[in-house]
Amino acid sequence: MQLADLYRDVIIDHNRNPRNFRRIPPPCRQAEGFNPLCGDKLHVYLRLDDGGRIEDLAFEGSGCAISVASASMMTEALRGRAVADARALFERVHDMLIGRSEADPAEMGKLAALAGVRDFPSRVKCASLCWHTAHAALADGGSVTTE
Amino acid sequence: MSEARLMKARAARPAFDVEAVRADFPVLHQQVHGHPLAYLDNAASAQRPTRVIEAMASYYRRDHANVHRGVHTLSQRATDAYEGAREKLRRFVNAGSTKEIIFTRGTTESINLVAQSWARPQLGPGDEVLVSHLEHHANIVPWQIVCGQTGASLKVIPMTHAGELDLAAAGELIGSRTKVLAVGHVSNALGTINPVRELAAMARRAGAVVVVDGAQGVPHMRVDVQALGCDFYAFSGHKMFGPTGIGALWGRRELLEAMPPWQGGGDMILSVSFEKTTYNELPWKFEAGTPIIAGAIGLGAAVDYLESLDLESAHAWEAELLAHATEALSAVAGLQIIGTARDKVAVVSFTLAGVHPHDIGTIVDHAGIAIRTGHHCAMPVMEYYGVPATARASFAFYNTKAEADRLAVALVQAREVFA
Repeated sequence: MQLADLYRDVIIDHNRNPRNFRRIPPPCRQAEGFNPLCGDKLHVYLRLDDGGRIEDLAFEGSGCAISVASASMMTEALRGRAVADARALFERVHDMLIGRSEADPAEMGKLAALAGVRDFPSRVKCASLCWHTAHAALADGGSVTTE
Repeated sequence: MSEARLMKARAARPAFDVEAVRADFPVLHQQVHGHPLAYLDNAASAQRPTRVIEAMASYYRRDHANVHRGVHTLSQRATDAYEGAREKLRRFVNAGSTKEIIFTRGTTESINLVAQSWARPQLGPGDEVLVSHLEHHANIVPWQIVCGQTGASLKVIPMTHAGELDLAAAGELIGSRTKVLAVGHVSNALGTINPVRELAAMARRAGAVVVVDGAQGVPHMRVDVQALGCDFYAFSGHKMFGPTGIGALWGRRELLEAMPPWQGGGDMILSVSFEKTTYNELPWKFEAGTPIIAGAIGLGAAVDYLESLDLESAHAWEAELLAHATEALSAVAGLQIIGTARDKVAVVSFTLAGVHPHDIGTIVDHAGIAIRTGHHCAMPVMEYYGVPATARASFAFYNTKAEADRLAVALVQAREVFA
């Protein structure tokens, strides 16, 4: 288990320059995520187009490098996906983070960089918080906690 | 720690043999991620000397039976050891009587006991419970609950940017409505030593009952509950090198006598019928059910261990560690120490520019260094400084200056990861 497996370059980059780090003005779907262990808080906003695809996705909040990078990469990965497709990716990312399945680089793309958290059990929640929050936003709102 | 206090501590005492003390703590001698463990998370939970581990193991191997129950030999041994531990604690905090030492699960349960058993029957609308902005959640939430139950209001003594209590503001807040002052002896998040004696005097003059959260006090200084002038003092075993799941509440006998029990069950009664139950005497009135006997015995062994040290030298060594760590960490670019009170125990809470505390925790762990990162169960303190979390290095007398230096080096590396 090496630190470099956790803090890969792509994660450092997304932490330093988070993509889609902004608010989407209403009307949109949104949810708030909270990790009481470290105090991380984030807000996920998303808007669907008439065809039920994710047209825009953004987040705001504060957190560690893993949680910010995960949220940033998530906004890129989910944009343009149909809701069912987004939910399916959520399941696969979740399985990857907890080590239930190997990351398929072809399918996961950049998200495969998050697989390193499986060796850092205390950090899995950092990476998964935004995904749970996006899931709640898709279900139209509410708040989630990692506890 | 003021300069004067530090100089005095250095001048007055023989050198503290930290290596000899480290030999008493088996857990310290291991590698973590290929580096020697530097355990700097003592404010969350300290480690146990062999003497504590052996006392508990020996009790389970030879003496275990229920206490206060049987006439057989093992029950007598268990009872003697359990009550013996109470006497050790009484001496350790200079309580007047073992009747004033209630075994609990820890500081949190001790404070809840006072809130529910003393405060709840006493409080009503118009009454005030005064806490401070520096409190651990364990000294906030039980009071919020009892305020909700009784209609009393919760008031807060403000803090200053240095992380000290605003004593002048406290003087204005304490008045005839104040029924309880609940204050920490030492802030767990920042290390500030609060002027408990002065606060207690002010509050008791106003007729309030004074409850001290001593979880972080007992491990770092000699505590004399009578000299402090408080009414209740709550503390935990695991912060003072004893087991988890055991702690104590000291309370003034006349207050404890007047309080109703807060949990009913076995051991807290003298006689039971369906018409009437007569409660047991102090301290057992507050100890319903079979207690954590091995925990109490382990805590007694922790007191024995502390008494076997030259405690004044140990505390002077901690003061040196604080001065050294403060200097070493201040030299790290981008590091800001949160909490700069004049009187502190060996706790350094800090932020590092560009690196979230949670990432700091993981990175220094890979250098074998254990620190706490997060809100330290003191979210109002974090909010005051406008940070979601801090990293916190908290020292015990078995830590070394070299460990503080290793932390400083690891923090420089943490910044490089994110540079």
